[in-house]
Amino acid sequence: MSAVALKVNGRSHTIDADPSTPLLYVLSDDLQLQGPKFGCGLGQCGACTVICKGQAIRSCITPVSSVAESEITTLEGLGSIDKPHAIQRAFIEEQAAQCGFCLNGVILTAKAFLDKNPKASSDQIRQAVSNVLCRCFTNVRMLRAIERYQQELAQ
Amino acid sequence: MRNARTPAASAALRHAGLSRRGFLEASGALIVSFSLERTSLAQFGGPSLGSPAIDQLDSWIAIAADGSITAYSGKEELGQGIATAQQQLIAEELSVPFASVRLIYCDTALTPDQAYTSGSQSHPANFNHANLAQAGATARRAILQLAAQRLQVPMDQLTAENGFVTFIADPTKKVSYGDLVGGKRFHLALDPKVPRKPASQWKVLGKPVPRPDLPALTTAQFEFVHNVRLPGMLHGQVIRPPAVGATLVSVDESSVRGLPGILKVVVRKNFVGVVAAKPWQAIQAARKLNVVWTPGIGLPRQSDFYDSLRKQPSRDNMLVDSQDVDHKFSEAAAVLKATYHHPYQMHGSMGSSCAVADVQGDKATLWSPTQGVWYQKTTVAMLLGLKPENVHVIFRRGSGCYGLNGADTVTYDAALLSQAAGKPMRVQLTRKDEMAWENYGNAFVIDQRAALDSEDNIIAWDHEAWSASYGNRPGPGTPGNVITGLLAGFEPDPFTPRPAAPPRAYNNNSNGVPSYVRGCVGGACGGTGTIASERALVHTVKSPFWTGPLRSPARLQNTFAHESFMDELAAKAKADPVAYRLRHLSHPRLADVLKSAAKAANWQTRPSPNGAKSSNGIASGRGIACVAYEGDNGYSALVAEVEVHQDTGRIAVKRLVCAADCGPVSNPDGLRNQMEGGALQGMSRALLEEVTWDDQKVTSIDWRTYHTVPLGFDIPQVECVLLNRPDEEATGAGELSITVVAAALGNAVFDATGARLRQVPFTPERVKAALSG
Repeated sequence: MSAVALKVNGRSHTIDADPSTPLLYVLSDDLQLQGPKFGCGLGQCGACTVICKGQAIRSCITPVSSVAESEITTLEGLGSIDKPHAIQRAFIEEQAAQCGFCLNGVILTAKAFLDKNPKASSDQIRQAVSNVLCRCFTNVRMLRAIERYQQELAQ
Repeated sequence: MRNARTPAASAALRHAGLSRRGFLEASGALIVSFSLERTSLAQFGGPSLGSPAIDQLDSWIAIAADGSITAYSGKEELGQGIATAQQQLIAEELSVPFASVRLIYCDTALTPDQAYTSGSQSHPANFNHANLAQAGATARRAILQLAAQRLQVPMDQLTAENGFVTFIADPTKKVSYGDLVGGKRFHLALDPKVPRKPASQWKVLGKPVPRPDLPALTTAQFEFVHNVRLPGMLHGQVIRPPAVGATLVSVDESSVRGLPGILKVVVRKNFVGVVAAKPWQAIQAARKLNVVWTPGIGLPRQSDFYDSLRKQPSRDNMLVDSQDVDHKFSEAAAVLKATYHHPYQMHGSMGSSCAVADVQGDKATLWSPTQGVWYQKTTVAMLLGLKPENVHVIFRRGSGCYGLNGADTVTYDAALLSQAAGKPMRVQLTRKDEMAWENYGNAFVIDQRAALDSEDNIIAWDHEAWSASYGNRPGPGTPGNVITGLLAGFEPDPFTPRPAAPPRAYNNNSNGVPSYVRGCVGGACGGTGTIASERALVHTVKSPFWTGPLRSPARLQNTFAHESFMDELAAKAKADPVAYRLRHLSHPRLADVLKSAAKAANWQTRPSPNGAKSSNGIASGRGIACVAYEGDNGYSALVAEVEVHQDTGRIAVKRLVCAADCGPVSNPDGLRNQMEGGALQGMSRALLEEVTWDDQKVTSIDWRTYHTVPLGFDIPQVECVLLNRPDEEATGAGELSITVVAAALGNAVFDATGARLRQVPFTPERVKAALSG
């Protein structure tokens, strides 16, 4: 065990953890954040996604020591129920959820991509979220919500 | 902030079914104290140890002094939108805004026992003339009666609106619900004679009310079962056998001694688990624990598995038998036969299953994503050796359900480890443990045979199916129906081969009977078709793998066979697939969804295949399928448009157009969401999904080895037509579209190419084989 310094959603934390611990467990257990979730532990589904240095990364396969001192944003870091972020608002407006477990990975993956590629084509967006799963298959609404966010970015 | 509550306050809020945010948002403390009163009775003994009585109004609806309304339901929100619809229902019956109603569901201490939330049963159970809907109607009349006494005005001169009862002739004379009922119980039985509010007057029900959980879901404020945290909670992991049927030889506890955070190794018969302070420590310890198992029992070869199903002792069930089928075949102008294969498929929930248990002495509290909290209560009691009345099960949403995923088994895991450690315990399965041991949707082999007359009318239909089954939902007393129960020493439901008895009453609950026959048993006909000569015989054999309900269980597999075969018959008759179906249907609602889907898809009337020559190696086609779900629990049709890449065998689905009739539409946007999701889940299952195994174990254990359609991949346009029938009974809705997708896709491929796909999934290899065959 050793002290690991993390910056999450604008706040600094020092965590006592084995440096090889995947970031997910530190976020969800030590910091009790609800956004990043365990889906597969293998980096295959996207449930554990966080944004680190502008990139959507899979926290279940990212050792915590590798992101020490980097700014990490989780889903709760985007907006709140009272003041949702534009992409969160887009998902609410499109009613783009069923069970909602995948929303973390879908929203953060789409946001990281569109913030860097605001003029991406529909096909490029689909490509960008093609490594994220939604097993309720809310695909149609989610893609619509992502494009709604893209339109807001353009304004 | 997060830990600002005392443990007692946290527990009280959880018992009351409220998150911290819910508590802050609640309109006042009264509603909470009402809930706590129920809980304290349940916890500390007395007459209400069980769940609230299902025939009593107070079990369903409470009105606090501030007028806020709490509804209690035994049907839970799994992501299908039923909570929103139930909240709309009570808001409608009581004439209050949607947001004035709080809904609490599936807590064995608080809510009426409605068995499972499953099988498209929530809409019919709670939106007709019993249960929650009738509680709403009964409460509305009780409020009007109380107001009539209070205001000294005849009841028929009063109107209820927005939480007040008002004298129509003099609106200054009014009284609030809170004043009339506030904090007191109704002490009334549900009255089946009180009329429901007619659909023509609905202002909330039947409208596309947005789901109230989305703001919290999108901002990570929603509490999944994965997020439940108790003071002093530890983390468990289980160690499953390495092969099917392997049993425990020995566990070497010294292999994990000294690992950080490791607190306990738990062994009970063949159940092995570890307990640690943190989840990652538990995962590492589970990997390092040295466990010796016997070899597995060996598994049948997958390549000839379907044929082996026909050769085993079977439990047989005759659904219909007009006794003249063989005779009709002997005098037919033509006979057509085909055999269809459907694999085991997974629920494959996105998040692996998770549960939290707190077993203290002779009492247990469980937070579980189960579909049946009341059966968890009795079976966890068996597992732990507790009295059922000392087990309290609280539903918390897990990752999308689709049936019997790992929810029940992981609840047992958490309960066993909590009892052994004497501490609150959270267990979340690994991806492999979820996928290798869940109760899969059954594999099927289905023979279809039809006799045609000289004008190509179908005069006899013979259906014979073999499916493999082992385990099931645990029900009230069979914890051994899922892996953890078996490992801990309980047996699954026994499998006893037996011949079929003659059918006693028509029941097409599993859609074993095709839509086109009359369905006559004992002189009464319940089918949806015109064909009088009919037989449907189902064989169940013992499965080497766990099985259980997966969205549209058996109904989807049977419908794949029936609706593909109907397409083959239409092609043989050189008839348009829609017209040919209509020729053999007698049920107007099923005919209507079929016509509606065809119309919305701009269906061109002609036989299949389309015979068009493809210049670029891509052939396009369309196909249709329909079903009366469970025979009479909803009506559905779907048109699929595909492109078939003939060189690679890849199917690109371009468009899915569905039509649904579930009686009165309670929430059109919620229904659309279910139809869209079902259509795409059906597409994923038809194109990609199949459980695989070797001679010892399941080998589809993650998302590289079990294939699913990801978010952005080749998603077709999806459109849905909703046929609203406010004067009919509410039927099931959640499985309408998924049931017909595989057949519609296969029929579209046939239309495009003339190649018939009879085995799911339609992998490129199988498509290429069909194209060259």
